[in-house]
Amino acid sequence: MEYFFTEKQQIIRDLTRRIAEEKIAPVVKEFDETGAFPWEIVRTLAKSDLFRVFIPEDYDGLGGGVMEMAIVTEELSRICGGIALGYAATGLGSMPILLFGNEAQKKEYMTRVANGTVAAFALTEASAGSDASNMTTTATRDGDYYILNGVKQWITNGGEADIYTVIAMTDKKKGSRGATAFIVEKGTPGFTFGKKEDKMGIRASTTRELIFDNCRVHKDQILARPGMGYIVALRTLDRTRPGVGAQAVGIAQGALDACLKYTKEREQFGQPIANFQVIQHMLADMATQIEAARALVYATARMIDSGAEDISKESAMCKYFAGDVCMKVTTDAVQIFGGYGYMKEYPVEKMMRDAKITQIYEGTNQIQRNVVAQNLWKKNK
Amino acid sequence: MKIVVCIKQVPDTTDVKINKETNTLIREGVKSIINPYDVYAIEEGLALKEIYGGSVTVISMGPPQVCEALKEAVSLGVDNVILISDRAFAGADSLATSYTLAKTIEKIGEVDLIITGKQAIDGDTAQVGPGIAEWLHIPHSTYIKAVEEITGEHIRVQRMIEGGYERIELDMPALITVVKEINEPRFPSIRGILRSREIEVPIWTANDLDVDETRIGLKGSPTQVVTIATPELGSKGEIFRGKAEEQVQKLFAALRERQIV
Ligand SMILES: Cc1cc2nc3c(=O)[nH]c(=O)nc-3n(C[C@H](O)[C@H](O)[C@@H](O)COP(=O)(O)OP(=O)(O)OC[C@H]3O[C@@H](n4cnc5c(N)ncnc54)[C@H](O)[C@@H]3O)c2cc1C
Ligand SMILES: Cc1cc2nc3c(=O)[nH]c(=O)nc-3n(C[C@H](O)[C@H](O)[C@H](O)COP(=O)(O)OP(=O)(O)OC[C@H]3O[C@@H](n4cnc5c(N)ncnc54)[C@H](O)[C@@H]3O)c2cc1C
Repeated sequence: MEYFFTEKQQIIRDLTRRIAEEKIAPVVKEFDETGAFPWEIVRTLAKSDLFRVFIPEDYDGLGGGVMEMAIVTEELSRICGGIALGYAATGLGSMPILLFGNEAQKKEYMTRVANGTVAAFALTEASAGSDASNMTTTATRDGDYYILNGVKQWITNGGEADIYTVIAMTDKKKGSRGATAFIVEKGTPGFTFGKKEDKMGIRASTTRELIFDNCRVHKDQILARPGMGYIVALRTLDRTRPGVGAQAVGIAQGALDACLKYTKEREQFGQPIANFQVIQHMLADMATQIEAARALVYATARMIDSGAEDISKESAMCKYFAGDVCMKVTTDAVQIFGGYGYMKEYPVEKMMRDAKITQIYEGTNQIQRNVVAQNLWKKNK
Repeated sequence: MKIVVCIKQVPDTTDVKINKETNTLIREGVKSIINPYDVYAIEEGLALKEIYGGSVTVISMGPPQVCEALKEAVSLGVDNVILISDRAFAGADSLATSYTLAKTIEKIGEVDLIITGKQAIDGDTAQVGPGIAEWLHIPHSTYIKAVEEITGEHIRVQRMIEGGYERIELDMPALITVVKEINEPRFPSIRGILRSREIEVPIWTANDLDVDETRIGLKGSPTQVVTIATPELGSKGEIFRGKAEEQVQKLFAALRERQIV
């Protein structure tokens, strides 16, 4: 479908696609197996300015937004959903600073991200997943400092990133109004990293515990104001869910591309399996679902970049729709490949494993449906 | 440090077809690319600039369409580009080409290092790099696979030879020609691509250069390419048929007959 990208967006897409095909495709299997963090690829992306695309020009960026972030994430995910996540989660880690950072914070941290520094966002804890309000990490005031204690779990880019936005409770009594967002730099005394997870998919991304043990953070590192932590988190996720949607669209597109090639090559009953109408219809459904998901992701991203305020519903819609499409398409792709699809030697096995996460993180697809439903009863929607 | 990189636009050989009747290259519709070795020359220029500072200027002699190759160089992040283009330069052989490029480099002035590819994949002579150095009376070294160090006065390089490499130190200014082993060329950057779309490539003609008219173009070229031909394939293939064992037996018999085994 023609989405009428700007010239700059076309350049971003074409360049990302080229890097993904030439630089990433040959090493996808290796990173899936080892689970190592793809530093060399991150440096290549940075050198080609892809970390700049969602950063304002004032901070050495190219002045794009959610749409540009989505374009890069989609193109990388088409080749590897895992490697794409290191990039996309840097977007997630940057978003709270872009939205709520003061001038000094933005100048310091966004300029670094623009030049290739990896970032992360830490909300989830062992007993605070969908119910983020159940968090136990605390930040206690001590003069000009806050002292952080607690453990964040499953943090993408944990240990690799230099810049972390961490949500902690500053006033338990106030409940959801008692959380505060801090920017914490790697290397701050008392801030270390725990268990690195061994995952089903997106294995080229690092998922790790963050451990805060009397970690002193200056009050200048607070985003917005004390007590704004949940608002920072929710507004951030509203703007990054299209990124997860884009990741899902990319993975699904990769699976469809693989099927288009395979169905022409694989012969059974004396002919390519592409000749069977059942297969053709599966491919048609895959393509249609992907296009619908992409259209919703792009429309939402453009809506956000155009300055719309009330975006929770659309952001939730595009995330869960694209995530569900991705799971369905990659599962069907394995089916189309038959037994070969089940083997690691062929690409779709990994894609199906990678797809699953898009239904889980940044709010499960069930929670997203809750968000949509709640919004349906709002006035004038 | 002021670095000049010379690049040639060539037909993409993976794309080239030969006209069977005339035995010449069919150039129409063939994609033009930067000579592959020259991409490594550009990368080396950019990498050295990142270490030692300075600027990278990319120059090319050829018809106006070579602007595209120079714009590609801009997308990779070079500072300046110059197209050397004039009907008077047409038909240049490697002597006239190296003369014209040397004159261009003279005009640029105060150049510390010149980098070229080891050879062009079409003309293939590998003469232009050394030729430029001779015209400029500066030292050169060919087939460079690594630049170890540059001080104010010297450049130390590794030169590929069979089974190893030589370590050579040259006085600056100097010229080196590079092989693919020297680096991994970068991808373009978004800023570079945006700049390449806006830039107006400066064109220097014969009038802009202090050239002796008998040394440029066809007039200055003692060598002329009369025809390009593909050699006839001399050896005939032989296909062994039958069961696998029979094929192996036949193959062995044939190899023994030719006293290969
Ligand atoms: C099939 C064919 C055969 C040829 N045979 C001969 C021959 O035998 N003798 C002869 O004198 N000429 C020959 N020519 C002409 C020759 O291509 C050009 O005259 C000459 O300009 C470049 O020589 P080259 O291609 O061999 O380059 P090489 O000397 O192989 O190129 C080495 C490097 O010099 C630089 N360079 C070369 N050309 C340019 C340029 N125009 N602008 C900027 N940098 C450049 C590049 O960095 C390149 O990597 C031939 C041309 C063709 C197409
Ligand atoms: C690979 C990976 C990377 C991650 N990266 C990050 C990161 O960078 N930063 C970060 O902060 N977090 C991250 N997370 C955490 C992620 O966002 C959470 O896993 C997610 O929000 C779900 O929480 P949970 O896993 O605790 O599931 P739970 O909340 O325990 O949910 C379990 C099940 O119950 C359902 N459920 C729960 N509540 C409801 C309800 N009210 N209505 C209906 N159904 C409900 C859920 O949909 C789910 O099916 C990551 C997780 C993974 C696996």
